[in-house]
Amino acid sequence: MVRAPVIGLGLALALILPGCGKEAPPPPQKQVATPQPPEAVTVKIGSASPLTGPQAHIGIDIRNGVQLAIEDANAANIEIGGRKVKFELVAEDDEANPTKATTVAQKLVDAKVSAVVGHFNSGASIPASKIYSDAGVPQISPSSTNPKYTLQGFKTTFRVVAHDDQQGPTLGRYAAGAVKAKRVAVIDDSTAYGQGIADAFEATVKAAGAKVLAREHTTDKDTDFKAILTKIKGLKPDLIMFGGIDPQAGPMVKQMAQLGIKAKFMGGDGIQTPNFIKLGGDAAEGVMASIPGLPKDQMPGGKAFLDKYKAKFNAEVELYAPMGYDAVMVFIDAMKRAGSTEPAKFLPELGKTRYQGVIGPIAFDDKGDLVNGPITIYVVKSGKWDPLETVTPGGAPSAEAKK
Amino acid sequence: MDIFLQQLVNGLVLGSIYALVALGYTMVYGILGLINFAHGDICMIGALTALTVAQALAAMGLPPPLVLALAALAAVLVCVALGVSIERVAYRPLRRAPRLAPLITAIGVSVLLQYSAALVWGKQYLSMPEVVKPSAIVWGGVQLTDLQAFIFLLACALMGALLWFIQSSRMGRAMRATEQNPDVAGLMGVNVNHVIAFTFLLGSAVGAIAGMMVVLYYGVGHYFMGFMLGLKAFTAAVLGGIGNVAGAMLGGLLLGVVESLAAGYIGDLTGGVLGSNYRDVFAFLVLIGVLVFRPSGIMGQHTGDRA
Amino acid sequence: MSGAIRDPRLRWAAVFAAAVVLIALPFAVDAVLGRAWVRIIDVALLFILLGLGLNIVVGYAGLLDLGYIAFFAVGAYSYALLASPQFGLHGSFVVVLPLAALVAAAFGVLLGAPTLKLRGDYLAIVTLGFGEIIRICLNNLNRPVNITNGPQGITLIDPLAIGDIALNKTYTIAGFTVAPVHSYYFVFLACAAASIFISLRLEDSRIGRAWIAIREDELAAGSMGINTRNVKLLAFAMGATFGGLAGGLFASFQGFVSPESFTLLDSIMVLCMVVLGGMGNVGGVVLGAALLTALPEALRYAGPLQKQWLGDVYIDPSDLRMLLFGLALVLMMLFRPAGLWPSTLRRREFAGGEDAHAAQ
Repeated sequence: MVRAPVIGLGLALALILPGCGKEAPPPPQKQVATPQPPEAVTVKIGSASPLTGPQAHIGIDIRNGVQLAIEDANAANIEIGGRKVKFELVAEDDEANPTKATTVAQKLVDAKVSAVVGHFNSGASIPASKIYSDAGVPQISPSSTNPKYTLQGFKTTFRVVAHDDQQGPTLGRYAAGAVKAKRVAVIDDSTAYGQGIADAFEATVKAAGAKVLAREHTTDKDTDFKAILTKIKGLKPDLIMFGGIDPQAGPMVKQMAQLGIKAKFMGGDGIQTPNFIKLGGDAAEGVMASIPGLPKDQMPGGKAFLDKYKAKFNAEVELYAPMGYDAVMVFIDAMKRAGSTEPAKFLPELGKTRYQGVIGPIAFDDKGDLVNGPITIYVVKSGKWDPLETVTPGGAPSAEAKK
Repeated sequence: MDIFLQQLVNGLVLGSIYALVALGYTMVYGILGLINFAHGDICMIGALTALTVAQALAAMGLPPPLVLALAALAAVLVCVALGVSIERVAYRPLRRAPRLAPLITAIGVSVLLQYSAALVWGKQYLSMPEVVKPSAIVWGGVQLTDLQAFIFLLACALMGALLWFIQSSRMGRAMRATEQNPDVAGLMGVNVNHVIAFTFLLGSAVGAIAGMMVVLYYGVGHYFMGFMLGLKAFTAAVLGGIGNVAGAMLGGLLLGVVESLAAGYIGDLTGGVLGSNYRDVFAFLVLIGVLVFRPSGIMGQHTGDRA
Repeated sequence: MSGAIRDPRLRWAAVFAAAVVLIALPFAVDAVLGRAWVRIIDVALLFILLGLGLNIVVGYAGLLDLGYIAFFAVGAYSYALLASPQFGLHGSFVVVLPLAALVAAAFGVLLGAPTLKLRGDYLAIVTLGFGEIIRICLNNLNRPVNITNGPQGITLIDPLAIGDIALNKTYTIAGFTVAPVHSYYFVFLACAAASIFISLRLEDSRIGRAWIAIREDELAAGSMGINTRNVKLLAFAMGATFGGLAGGLFASFQGFVSPESFTLLDSIMVLCMVVLGGMGNVGGVVLGAALLTALPEALRYAGPLQKQWLGDVYIDPSDLRMLLFGLALVLMMLFRPAGLWPSTLRRREFAGGEDAHAAQ
């Protein structure tokens, strides 16, 4: 008896369905048809980053940057192709999880976004990029640094951050050059980010003539590094480079001090955080770290951006909000030049971007990587990160750094 | 040689912490035959409690020994309350259920503790204030801090006291009787429920101190720190012979030393094929090896069908 | 289940109706809720496969496996290595997918063989260690020789394809738009249906009864003439096969694998599905997998709701999910140990706990 309604439901569904299936393709047409010249078109911009979980603070930072850019663009009453455009934010949470990232990517595509800023971590950006590519939606990651992200041959994939193969060598050149390191030990945290940057660093210092005494590994959950540090101590290096993030780097410099290791210590953007100084205490003093982009207050639009961000969200910029902001502006810039908000139309223009953003000049190479993104080296001086020098990979130190 | 001695010292300090945590596993297993998966997370709660209290008190400018003592007291109280109530609420009703049931409950409690801690303390790494500035003790080519020495000695003292307690006190005797046969112990006038609750109390208290040692030693605490700590400590307990208190101590020290030496020398020994990235694999291989080939551990008696 | 409907004609009608619903489901969901939900259903089907595999080991044979995700990982990586630019191999899924399942099965035996003597909690710990070892190795097998690409993972994995028809392309068949998520739905559905069928048949088979006998009392089972060694190994191998197959499908579906998809937390997730739904009962496992895949999606609304009602987000939805998992495990064991939809045998066993314990 109970079965009858189920069958009925099944039949009903079967009857409804052919209609639904046929209806699916038309909507894009509708979108093209609606905009009568005087009326404003709505263009959706997607933002995908972890809004919950351990990396939420950085993910929310990115979304805030995107939101700020959209509000600024709307305030500027932008016209594209002779029509007024209103931008709308569609923010999704990818939980920094590769499987979730693809679901979220599909959600954004379903929502018919014109462009996506995201994702935060490479593990999410890479699988999601396939879905955006299939749907023809351009994607700019504000923060994914894994070189593989842009090596998949997708035309829709861009990033506005220097990748590990740019940051690692810069750090390496700085170590071999300005720091004059001859005997180097390299440690990584067995993550894509940490290994990528450490590998590139190792290759560069080797090429510059320094000796790599040891390559050690830990994990991104460990806090005990005594064993590998003791081994390194026996090799008497004058510099230790760590590819990883602050929760490990902090205790690591502490344990170096406990073991009486006098070598200098440096790392990538993962350790260039206030938290590193908190976790490392006195031992953090003198530690060097690189970070893609100019120092926040030296960015061309930096001061104004920081003030605006603070006023709007009552919080300090964590890390990647400026990149998120610029990503949106780069999209809008390309739309303006193409005279269209259709992804298919403005995508070719995106590759030709020459944009002066908050983070500095933005241009993409043929893979979609940021060309010559500037990288700044910092040092911890009396409990604060101080900019030491800004370098442009492959080029001479940029003009800003000399000031 | 200096490097070798240094690695040995590193291993012993690390091992003494493992040993303290291992005690909690081994005592509960001895009496209930239950792997209390949540024990590592109880240590984590102790660690984070101590961290928070120390932060607050250090900011008030109290003298360092008082700060540490109060932080330890707070950690012990919180953990004891937690441990005993977990036993009462989650494990006691399942004492006669099939073995799978309490084990799955323990996993559930572990997850629950971790994410409750994430709610209370957030998910970022927290820094323990340096209440006392550790000063270096150089001893030949070996360097350690007074903090390390203090941790090691305190751990040894605690273990010694615990061993004495179990061997000589009335409660200790009751614990051993319950371990051998809870039903007969009950007939002999031992209040089995009290004894089991007391075992959890003791294990949690020692775990709290161990957790506090970890944050003192490394300077950081994190809601997920209990997982690896617990797993390593469990390995130590198995290595020494689970259910055997002296064995847990020996197992802890041994595991600490093995890990340090493995991380320090494996790269050179295998010509670079394996590296320090396989450190945790070694801990697990030791665990699997012992369970498979000598389930009773180094000091354990024959456990019969227990495994 | 099958005993419920006696009249054969009605039974066929029910089967037919179910088939129609299942075939129409992805298109209906696509039209009403959006394509992302079709993807969620796809993932749920994969988890059903995984849950059924683990059910053989935990539910039927009573061997608690805390490292089950390792087989999923082995399957995924086998597929990825044999059908991606990593080694320049592009095997057809007809060969690679069974191979992935087979490799996983081999790993199942590899894990099973040394642990035959272990029972209960010791086995749980060993399998947990095994799962972590696999993950750590996958993460580190990029040096000195690069095999797995380490933490960077393997990209550009081939989709399921026969000749020019690849499942990652969109087709229009008789007016229907068939996107990759739809095509994969049907593949996963077929695999899940096959696994359900196999699981149900196994349960009533000689082997299935042998597993249950071992679960109830290994000693007695042995003395009744059951070759406990072979039967246990078979349970591990069968469970691993399901996991490996799911892994291979996952790799082709995602096009990308990296070690971070195979953590202990994922093992616990699958275990939760089995325990929550009902150990040893196929229907229960399916229910558990579907519930636990949909729950996090539903909980996404918890953040905005909190903001609306309480003014701020107090509990992060992803934390809330984990808290609920933990709580569910504890409460289920206390009040409904046999699961939401228990198998009859299992319910009897948990209810008569005193006797079961005495037997040990």
